[in-house]
Amino acid sequence: MHPAFSVIVFTTLSGIGFGLMALLGLGFGVPGAGFQWSATIVAFAFAVIGLLSSVLHLRSKSRAILAFSQWRSSWLSREGVCSVVTLGLFGIYSLVLLLMGTRLAALGFAAAVLAMVTVFTTSMIYAQLRTVPHWASWITPAVFLGFSIAGGVLALSALLAISGAPSARMAAQWAMVALIVAWAAKAAWWRRAAETSLEAAGSGIGDATGLGVLGAVRPFEPPHTSPNYLMREMAFEVGRKRARALRRIAIACGAVAPFLLAGLAAYVGAAAPLLMLAVILHLVGMLAERWLFFAEARHAVGSFYGIGQSVARPSSQAA
Amino acid sequence: MTTLPETTNRKLGLVIDLDVCVGCHACAVACKEWNTGAYGAPLSDQDAYGAEPSGTWLNRVHSYEVKPQDGPAQIVHFPRSCLHCEDAPCVTVCPTGASYKRAEDGIVLVNEDRCMGCGLCAWACPYGAREMDMDAGVMKKCTLCVDRIYNAQIPAEDRVPSCVRTCPANARHFGDLADPESDVSRMVAERGGYDLMPAQGTRPVNKYLPPRPKTPCETGPGGAGEASVATPPGSLLGWLDRALAVIDGE
Repeated sequence: MHPAFSVIVFTTLSGIGFGLMALLGLGFGVPGAGFQWSATIVAFAFAVIGLLSSVLHLRSKSRAILAFSQWRSSWLSREGVCSVVTLGLFGIYSLVLLLMGTRLAALGFAAAVLAMVTVFTTSMIYAQLRTVPHWASWITPAVFLGFSIAGGVLALSALLAISGAPSARMAAQWAMVALIVAWAAKAAWWRRAAETSLEAAGSGIGDATGLGVLGAVRPFEPPHTSPNYLMREMAFEVGRKRARALRRIAIACGAVAPFLLAGLAAYVGAAAPLLMLAVILHLVGMLAERWLFFAEARHAVGSFYGIGQSVARPSSQAA
Repeated sequence: MTTLPETTNRKLGLVIDLDVCVGCHACAVACKEWNTGAYGAPLSDQDAYGAEPSGTWLNRVHSYEVKPQDGPAQIVHFPRSCLHCEDAPCVTVCPTGASYKRAEDGIVLVNEDRCMGCGLCAWACPYGAREMDMDAGVMKKCTLCVDRIYNAQIPAEDRVPSCVRTCPANARHFGDLADPESDVSRMVAERGGYDLMPAQGTRPVNKYLPPRPKTPCETGPGGAGEASVATPPGSLLGWLDRALAVIDGE
């Protein structure tokens, strides 16, 4: 699949933003205007920049408002509705907390739940697609939620450390736990993806054409002479070339570095600069991880073009 | 709403005979011609006369080589367009309500005035039936020539999809697949018409008729081939063959 930069930025940034919102809504912050203002602004900035970025890939942006209308059937519409409701509830919760000093626990809890529901709906946009076997798994929402929470805890620990709160160390410890959980889910996702193929999902060239029952099917003459929308969008080959290097970056920046930096912050000291560096590196790692999420995923339509087939062979239906 | 109708009164669709299709691309060209001046935005082209021409087409004709285990390879021409699925995933994923399936005849359409060009429906379709128009910024797809089949302004024989009307080989057939007595339904029953990628669970209305089995030819190419060319023992060739076999060390 074509890794559209706007969608990569959207899923990573909004994931961290909504993760941080959930933690703040549950009351994991500390009193004090410095922390409260900075945390609220950071959470909003991540979520809103992410959501605005998602609008960039629309070809008719002026009609984006209609995307709130089909929540009964469409995960993309549900995601739009949930994100706006979450931002609204969290906005009211934050305003009351910042201006009047009252923490409305029930409202905060509702915003926290909705923040996680929003991340879930984002993941379901991809997990619902039977056309992309890599994505069509319950592990996909687990990975999105895991990284959202891990990014949120990491950002929370950095914000706590900057404002000098002693609870920063404990938050850093929890960030280590959250990173382990999220990456365990991602490891399971990668293991499943390695064993998943279009042929196994009944979407190889033999099943796509239905000719697999007759013998081995091979593209002979393409239907057009230069790449079309389908090939650019769904048979994207370029990003896969550097998959191994990108996976190393994802693991080094997204998992190992923030884990070690959070460990140093929790058990040695100098928490603020270490945790800020951890947040930045984690974000870089997440961008690489999300690039691969798109670039390595193969779409069923590639089968018609003979793209994404492991070997030319008769389909499973052939005797 | 982008929810699907429980059932449709009719299931209008195409039956494509892969035994007959000669791969001339006339259906694709006729489709482009009709639909660029009909329903919705014209089908635009980019760099049409340049090095990398690209454009929106609602029908594409692939050609495949099929090699059976014991038999010669054959070429199958394969037109690919929207299958107007009963369980159309492109409709349910649509966030704006632009995509819909008509309850009266099962045709899947895009209301271009509501399309925001997110492209998710193209991702949801396993058949590559939807192409974004890069000029209009909206999703295009086969309309089953909805503006022809009910059009009282044109002669009755023209009230079929443009691709069907133009096919010089008569490989494309249009009709109601919900009616078991219709020509298309009979064809599907007689010839074993099949669904593409049934594992996707889309329940396509369009069906494909498989190429008929080839008559095996023992000595032809791809058969037993040159090894079976007989050398009668009493002939000069037979003597020469034996003599060469001695020199060969056999």
